[in-house]
Amino acid sequence: MSNSPKISLTDLHKGFGAKKVLQGINLDVAAGESVAIIGGSGTGKSVTLKCVLGLLTPDSGSIKIDGVEMVGADRKAQDAMLAKTGMLFQGAALFDSLPVWENVAFGLIEGQGIDRKKAYDIAIARLADVGLGAEMADLSPASLSGGMQKRVGLARAIATRPEILFFDEPTTGIDPIMGDVINDLIVKCTRELGACALTITHDMASARKIADRIAFLYQGKIIWDGPVADVEHSDNPYLAQFISGNTEGPLDLDLKHL
Amino acid sequence: MPILAPVGRIFLAFLAVVGRVTVFAAKTLLHCVTPRFYFRLIFKQMCEIGYFSLPVVAMTTLFAGMVLALQSYSGFSRFSAESAVATVVVISMTRELGPVLAGLMVAGRVGAAIAAEIGTMRVTEQIDALVTLSTNPFKYLVVPRVIAGLVTLPILVFVGDIIGVMGGYMVGVNKLSFNSGSYIQNTFQYLETLDVVSGLVKAAAFGFIITLMGCYQGYYSRGGAQGVGQATTNAVVSSSILILIANYIVTELFFVR
Repeated sequence: MSNSPKISLTDLHKGFGAKKVLQGINLDVAAGESVAIIGGSGTGKSVTLKCVLGLLTPDSGSIKIDGVEMVGADRKAQDAMLAKTGMLFQGAALFDSLPVWENVAFGLIEGQGIDRKKAYDIAIARLADVGLGAEMADLSPASLSGGMQKRVGLARAIATRPEILFFDEPTTGIDPIMGDVINDLIVKCTRELGACALTITHDMASARKIADRIAFLYQGKIIWDGPVADVEHSDNPYLAQFISGNTEGPLDLDLKHL
Repeated sequence: MPILAPVGRIFLAFLAVVGRVTVFAAKTLLHCVTPRFYFRLIFKQMCEIGYFSLPVVAMTTLFAGMVLALQSYSGFSRFSAESAVATVVVISMTRELGPVLAGLMVAGRVGAAIAAEIGTMRVTEQIDALVTLSTNPFKYLVVPRVIAGLVTLPILVFVGDIIGVMGGYMVGVNKLSFNSGSYIQNTFQYLETLDVVSGLVKAAAFGFIITLMGCYQGYYSRGGAQGVGQATTNAVVSSSILILIANYIVTELFFVR
């Protein structure tokens, strides 16, 4: 494992008008490592991920991928970064206008210029990797269940054999059993690729299963960062309240008169 | 002044929208002339925007031509100018009614569909997914639609012109008892190339406006289903108004010397 981090966030700030969402995020993810950022709703998890992917521009701070600064990077550098990443969106974000196989093969056809016949064969293989048969290939994404859509989204994320994988709330919106299936698939695919993974979730069961390390985000800052095994024994009262799910504690839950 | 402040705010908001649309249009035109080109998508959109709009444009222009013949006959008969009916129908259709009616009908059919589709892609993160898959959303979503609009609207309007003139001919010959040969002769006697060309230029401008506004409203839609619905309404309303404004500007450019 290389010493230089695959992903490095330094003093990352992002606000929307008067609302300061990220207030100095510092996080390193090493090659081959899987890190989960956990935290409540509205703490800035999605904003962090969107900044890393270049979908949002941070107000200040640094984002380095493989040592290359991405904040203010030109289109070419951003394309080079995106070429080695895969992303599973919260709602899968499959393209309605394309059949399942074209969704999976999209990055191969449009990003890498692979011909459609070869891309079809690769798409079928990736669908098999996530437990879906070739009979699914020509279906419309709208005809699939939520769990199947997530698996197709995962197949799309790994289709280009990326070095870095991002997962946005991978188990949200599906039943616990299917959630566990998705978690197992994420672990399997990440290990097979040898990729580093950055997951954002508020599902502790998912975080424990997927991640080697957990970073706890609260009010725009990472206030705890450590190995998964240490989460249960942390003396951080905020993290303790979050993983126990208690409404009583130091976390500002923004609940009015409950 | 309590009244001036909200008026100023509305005016500033209007200018901000004009600025955003202008930047969006400039970016679109830049991407239209720089690779990469998605020819499959351009062809698909030409079918969606052009071919599938043909029935609605044909019906609209057919009845417009028929009504025009009836109205001009009843008006012109007051001063014994019935022979001008064929000329009025063909010039009105090619210069004004063909492009404007086709433009407004396509704005309702296609502009709304574009805004709804791209708006849904925005709120379901499909546009973000395009970016993460190394695909420029402007080139993949906006450019094929705008090029298809620019190319197919003139073709649609040309076909609509012919159908509208045919509608006038049907009413003129069958209802108003014009002689078939003299009606056709009158149709072409005073028709100039500029009449047709100006209508086709208008059609290209309308095609650009419809697809651009549909894409713009969809691309920047926010707030789930309600936001997509608002984008759809805005796309139809804004493109319809811009069509009427552009119609005046192009007419002045061609015919006022």
